[in-house]
Amino acid sequence: MPCINEDGTLTPSARAVLSAISSPITSEEVAKSTGLPLFRIRSSIREMLEAGLVEEKEEKYVATKLGRAKIEG
Amino acid sequence: MEEKIITEIKEAVSMPRLGEPAPTFEATTTQGVVRLEDFKGGWLILFSHPADFTPVCTTEFMGFAEIHPELKRRGVELLGLSVDSVSSHIAWVRNIEEKMGVKIPFPVIADLDKKVATLYGMIHPGESKTETARCVFVIDPEGILRAMIYYPLTTGRNMQEILRLIDALQTTDKHKVATPANWKPGEAVIVPPPKTQEMAEQRLKEGYECKDWYFCKKKL
Repeated sequence: MPCINEDGTLTPSARAVLSAISSPITSEEVAKSTGLPLFRIRSSIREMLEAGLVEEKEEKYVATKLGRAKIEG
Repeated sequence: MEEKIITEIKEAVSMPRLGEPAPTFEATTTQGVVRLEDFKGGWLILFSHPADFTPVCTTEFMGFAEIHPELKRRGVELLGLSVDSVSSHIAWVRNIEEKMGVKIPFPVIADLDKKVATLYGMIHPGESKTETARCVFVIDPEGILRAMIYYPLTTGRNMQEILRLIDALQTTDKHKVATPANWKPGEAVIVPPPKTQEMAEQRLKEGYECKDWYFCKKKL
């Protein structure tokens, strides 16, 4: 699930995932709250980890300062 | 020359085996980059088709889309594959939606370098050296390959049989039983045969529907 558009904005599905991880949360919990399949959440989070939008804390994920700015922007 | 090429391909391909971990991969799909491990914890049907924009494959994609809700209800995800590009896949699934009114909800791997196809033995050069056969791989929540189906290019798969296979595997896991030929959910299942003479004698007294000591059924 490529999460960042050519112009640097988030895709709708990436925005939904990132919005769900404003506080530390597991992939399974994100899947439940967004209604998206678990494999898409795992794929998306991996991509957002690489882009610095998300960080991992004790097997949970949370949006970084950059990630939060993307949602607000 | 052609014979030599076929021999070389035969030597290079691997065939996955039932009961062993399914070969891992990372692949580009119509829904982004996915890894096999992304599906862990749920069931996965990985299937291949020969090529985009072909009639039999189109009927199969519509069939898979039709059973998708039933599969989701059983905790099963679908993942398609062919040796075509992501752009081709996107154009084809859009075409299916536009012309046939069917939305394709599952991702499709663009296996242009045949990496996944080779790992899973999907290319059968006797049928086609460039296209994947109609393969189905059922992978369980632990990542173990539980069933395989191979169909030739000319024959579309039976979606009800795929649902039946999932039901049979999940019933086996849940109740530790086997399922007879043509079994359908709700019908009697096979009690695993006794392993010792003592157990065989005991079996006939256990109240199952038995034809003989090794052939007993029960209703779930």
